[in-house]
Amino acid sequence: MIELFRDSNFDFIGRRRWAYVISILFILAGLGSMVAKGGLRYGIDFSGGTLIQVRFEKAVSVDRIRHALETVQMGESVIQEFGDTREYLLRLPLAALSSEEVTRRTQEALSKDPELGKHEVRRVEFVGPQVGKDLQVQAIYAVLWSMAGILAYIAIRFDLMGGLASVAAIVHDVLICLSAMSLTNREMSLAILAALLTIIGYSVNDTIVAYDRVRENRAKKRRGETFATQINNAINQTLSRTVLTALTVFFSTAVLYFFGGKVLEDMAFVLTIGVVTGTFSTIYIAGSLIVDWSNWRERWVAKRKKAVAKA
Amino acid sequence: MRRQLGARIALVAVVIAVSIWYLYPPAKTINLGLDLQGGIHLVLGVDVDKAIEAQVERAGDTAKAELEKRGIGVTRVERRGTSELVLQLGSPQSWDAAVKTTDEVLATFDRKEADQAAGRMVLALKASEAKHIRDLAVRQGLETIRNRIDQFGVAEPSIQQQGENRILVQLPGVQDPARAKALIGKTALLEFKLVDERTDAETALRTGPPPGTEVLYQRRVDKQTREEKKVPFLVQKKAAITGRDVTTARVSIDQNTSEPYVSVDFNASGARAFAEVTDVNVGKRLAIVLDGNVHSAPQIRERIPSGRAQITGGFSTDEATDLAIVLRAGALPAPVQVLEERTVGPSLGADSIRQGMVAIFASTALVFLFMLIYYRLSGLIADVALGLNLLLLMATMAGFHATLTLPGIAGIALTIGMAVDTNILIFERIREELRGGKTVRGAIDAGFSRAFKTVIDTHVTVLVSGLILFQFGTGPVKGFAVTLMIGIAVSLFTAVFFTRLLFDLIYMGQRKRETLSI
Repeated sequence: MIELFRDSNFDFIGRRRWAYVISILFILAGLGSMVAKGGLRYGIDFSGGTLIQVRFEKAVSVDRIRHALETVQMGESVIQEFGDTREYLLRLPLAALSSEEVTRRTQEALSKDPELGKHEVRRVEFVGPQVGKDLQVQAIYAVLWSMAGILAYIAIRFDLMGGLASVAAIVHDVLICLSAMSLTNREMSLAILAALLTIIGYSVNDTIVAYDRVRENRAKKRRGETFATQINNAINQTLSRTVLTALTVFFSTAVLYFFGGKVLEDMAFVLTIGVVTGTFSTIYIAGSLIVDWSNWRERWVAKRKKAVAKA
Repeated sequence: MRRQLGARIALVAVVIAVSIWYLYPPAKTINLGLDLQGGIHLVLGVDVDKAIEAQVERAGDTAKAELEKRGIGVTRVERRGTSELVLQLGSPQSWDAAVKTTDEVLATFDRKEADQAAGRMVLALKASEAKHIRDLAVRQGLETIRNRIDQFGVAEPSIQQQGENRILVQLPGVQDPARAKALIGKTALLEFKLVDERTDAETALRTGPPPGTEVLYQRRVDKQTREEKKVPFLVQKKAAITGRDVTTARVSIDQNTSEPYVSVDFNASGARAFAEVTDVNVGKRLAIVLDGNVHSAPQIRERIPSGRAQITGGFSTDEATDLAIVLRAGALPAPVQVLEERTVGPSLGADSIRQGMVAIFASTALVFLFMLIYYRLSGLIADVALGLNLLLLMATMAGFHATLTLPGIAGIALTIGMAVDTNILIFERIREELRGGKTVRGAIDAGFSRAFKTVIDTHVTVLVSGLILFQFGTGPVKGFAVTLMIGIAVSLFTAVFFTRLLFDLIYMGQRKRETLSI
């Protein structure tokens, strides 16, 4: 029998401060890069604009394409290699022109340059300003609603404290994903949002498994066991399933990242990061927060009692 | 539960049979999204305010004509804003008669302001009427677009209303997206307007057009230099004849220039109007205006009783064909604007399918191997359950006519990883029970029943975010939510019910068995 963790007894809760520090440092690095880059980069789904995916018959350079596009002057366009040097993504900002006109002019400009050779437009996406704004608002609602849904479910199934700690862990996971995106220069798109929502639903799974165990253990509580030990034991007892379930999902998302093609790459990236951070937050964050919260409450209650006694 | 083995086997057999029946043949039953088979996804916004404005202006014209017919002098009837009419009487004396007339003719309006002394009133279109016009504009627009697409010839187009005033058009497998878009988005408002010869167009541009007229342009493209020139025309604002009365339109080739042109036939009332206009305006020019652009302005040489007109203007054959289509299908009641477009070429779609298949395959292989190595025979059972999960997932999609998109493929790959999670939860629990000293049978029982609650929990949370994603998402992202939710829901059956059945089948009757391959 292969066993990843047998009777493991790691002191996760005891080392929670380290976990906090690592998480906070990573998120700070992410936030720093967001600030340095002037905010999270939005893809055309949210910012509006035109995206054209072009495949040339031979390898061409970004400069050559930029030069060709300059002749039509359609504002600050972003030209990005997509997979190999024959395929490019052109991103054009919102303009007074209609989407047909933008596409037509771009194609004309590319055709005119003899050095670029023949090309094929493989994908055109245009999102108008209104739709982009609508999607932004809807995206925020979608994230908030799913968090609220999960908070409600855990609050009913377990308790409010568990629910709040789970949501805190989820917020942590989302922040880590956003930081990783900013650090690797990825854009926020609808597919990424889908990945984030999936992570929100998925990363709470392991947390639930651990909570369930805490409750089960509480029934057969041994004398002299502190709350922190209880939680630590529960995390250890569920450790192998936490890691194993994450591992199989990690296999799937990693495969998607490497073989799923360029269009799915960003989505797979966020899913992969999310699975890893979801496991991390189950082991180190969700339980630790409850311990810290209950410690803090105990101290507060003791202080109150002391104050009352003095009076 | 153990006693009902026969019934459970039968249930699984039925589920598999039904799945295969729904799924066969997969190439036909699985609906591919536009991002996989290539095609156009368009969200059009109907400019419903324009429809209201047009209606208000028409009502104003009618009211003015009626007032004048009854001998009530009117100096001015004008639209103000989107839905208001300002009416200025010639003299305040005719106030009462004017009120009576407008009450009759403009029944769908409310009198908003009334200044009897000045003989001026403002009428506002009723809100319910405005809503009616808006709804009608969207509905008619949708019908018109459907007509055009049907005549253009696209296999399995989907045209639906989205929200209040948006139309979602999905055209799979269109080869020339630019042409399709032009065909859909053209308002195609055909008007015949008399050219005002009293004033020169250039002069009118400088001094402003005289009342009741406007300046429209003809775009002429020089064939050699491809330079575009705009020639102004001063025409009467009110159209003499409109495209409403067109019965049919077709492409013909001019014998002399061998250029294609579109010939238009009018119905009886259109033909009569055409005859009348041409009768009294011989020698004048009649501008043929499409969507505000002058196509040509031929001189009326004689009365035309036949009700047939020709639209020329240097078309290519495709352009002429498409113009004929839009004239036959009729004008859009209000202009539309492309709000969102996603076009995927067929070659990209094919690449995506290939890569997606590789990803699903690799992900399945990896998870399959991992489970087999880690849990041995039990892992194999989980793998069989995983296979069944994929089969049921695809069959459910076929049964619900759900669409498989590229993110949907990602959802399938993800489902593979998540579906075995349930088995891992159960197996780890069984191992734990075994360590705790339970018998094989006892451990299996306890493992399944204790893990079940947890399994439900984990399913619920993923389904919650899946549902929200489905609510929110558009096209491809919706596809992701769909495959993920179906996959997760199906895994309850495959990873719990079906796996349990296999366990029971294998370990039943081996009461003395002491080891479990897990």
